[in-house]
Amino acid sequence: MKKDPSRRKLLSMGAGLAALTACTAEKQEAPSQVGKALSPYGERSSRETAKRLVPADSKTPSTGGSRTPLQESYGTITPSSLHFERHHSGVPDLDPATHELLIHGLVEQPLVYSLADLKRFPATTRVHFVECSGNGTSEYTAALGPTAQVSHGLASCSEWTGVPVKLLLAEAKLKPEAKWVIAEGGDACKLARSIPLAKLMDDAMIVYAQNGEAIRPEQGYPMRLLLPGFEGNTNVKWIRRLHATAEPAQTTHETAYYTDLMPDGKARQFSFDLEGKSVITHPSGGQKLTGGAGAFEITGLAWSGRGKITRVEVSSDGGKTWKDAELNQPIHSKAFVRFRMPWNWDGGAVTLQSRATDDSGYTQVSQDELAAARGRNYRYHNNGIKVWYIQPDGSVTHAAQV
Amino acid sequence: MLLRFSFITLLACALGFGQGRIGRPAPEERIKAMDITTMSNGAGLPEGKGTAAAGKSIYKEKCETCHNEKLEGREGQYPGLVGGIGSINTPKPAKTVGSYWPYATTVFDYIRRAMPYDQPGSLSSDEVYAVVALILSANGIIGENVEMNKTSLPKVKMPNAGNFVPDARPDVKAKR
Ligand code: HEC
Repeated sequence: MKKDPSRRKLLSMGAGLAALTACTAEKQEAPSQVGKALSPYGERSSRETAKRLVPADSKTPSTGGSRTPLQESYGTITPSSLHFERHHSGVPDLDPATHELLIHGLVEQPLVYSLADLKRFPATTRVHFVECSGNGTSEYTAALGPTAQVSHGLASCSEWTGVPVKLLLAEAKLKPEAKWVIAEGGDACKLARSIPLAKLMDDAMIVYAQNGEAIRPEQGYPMRLLLPGFEGNTNVKWIRRLHATAEPAQTTHETAYYTDLMPDGKARQFSFDLEGKSVITHPSGGQKLTGGAGAFEITGLAWSGRGKITRVEVSSDGGKTWKDAELNQPIHSKAFVRFRMPWNWDGGAVTLQSRATDDSGYTQVSQDELAAARGRNYRYHNNGIKVWYIQPDGSVTHAAQV
Repeated sequence: MLLRFSFITLLACALGFGQGRIGRPAPEERIKAMDITTMSNGAGLPEGKGTAAAGKSIYKEKCETCHNEKLEGREGQYPGLVGGIGSINTPKPAKTVGSYWPYATTVFDYIRRAMPYDQPGSLSSDEVYAVVALILSANGIIGENVEMNKTSLPKVKMPNAGNFVPDARPDVKAKR
């Protein structure tokens, strides 16, 4: 676009955004043909390219994870089409006319619920992130994620609608011995996790809608368990059964996987909470600052499975000094928060990082501090500080030198 | 029996509506058909039995294409099901069913739910007990002729049993 003197004049006169838009619009060439017809279900512009990162050449493409392009995200809501995926036996094609949720075990009255039944309850809507506890596994190793999508993209945030699980359990009437609930999915592998009853009686929901429409098949259509702040795997998708028990079942996904091995050979188990975490999404790995030294905005995302983010600090000098970033409002508990900070790049090499603090008082620490306490075989639950390196040519990398 | 059952269902429905309950009583057969929970003490394990010897031919037919001839898996594609015992507390732990999994019941539960990967849920209980026996025997945890069933399986002591501890986080405090 050419510089337009009238535009600059308007700006200097302090005219509003509306005037500015109107003015630039005048300079656009109007299409000479009538555009596309009305459509029943919208698509994004064909010029937009943000997409999930799907592993290449997998022998089992129905098992694994695809990652959200956080570095190309705005605000805090992840479009449902870009929400990360983690499946263990693919996405089932479930029919809401026949799929039902069974509640049984240590209850007075075993019950079933169809989707239509769930929709008869008063609906609860909340904004929450979901994160795979394997998000950031690369950061424990030498193979650091080169982009925010690779290092942090197994996390997404949506507005979810559904029914609090405690209302369903109240109908089934738990017996006093019930302390755990085994949640089971309706996918081919019938993924199962043991959930402490206290969580189900707190803020757990069975959700059927995501971002204003029916939940996507990849996210559990027609219904999934949502455990705000708990590791992603426990938020069982395609939920079909809740089995109240006295003890955990010790399923594969709470013993062989999602457990963290310490240097002494002990493995930590039932590590549900996702601790406070943040990542700078701009400037971040794979991006390039163009136009040389001067004004830029640093922005990123922060979240905590323990509550609200209260503070995000940014350091552009390798962690020697930290400055508070601004947090976009409103701040929801156990949800993505967008932080921003105006920044003047001097055109030199810069080491950039952010650290989040939540309302439990917890503050993120460095990867090295985590490794000192946990070793390097601690595979899951990595919430260490992510560092980006800006090179003098403006390119951003995950390593100090290119 | 059937009559009595439907009468109870009707009664429960009527009571349910009276209390404003939305959930519908779950028929007993429905629960039986769906309940595949296996607890680590063996509760929920079905009738049936199998030995490693019986497991060999089932493995060859239904598992070997992916998990390989000697249960060693295929690098980067399909997990190995043997080896690594004694490596868990070293810098290079090799986690397998034999070296890392704390309960033998979990092996049964997982195979019954999820394997063979391309045909989950297709094995009979006898077949699951037999391939579980094969995997445990190939790891040197049980003998080749030891029968696995709902009583013997939960008694198998896995090499890594007792090495799982509760979550200890928050474990690292930021210095300011
Ligand atoms: C088509 C390939 C395929 C076949 C056939 C197959 N498996 Fe698997 N198996 C897999 C894959 C893939 C995984 C990993 C799944 C995952 O990570 O979620 C797996 C995982 C396992 C595991 C868990 C191992 C671990 O450490 O995670 C066991 C045990 C297992 N299979 C047993 C069997 C048995 C027994 C059979 C035969 C009855 C069988 N599998 C047939 C592909 C296969």
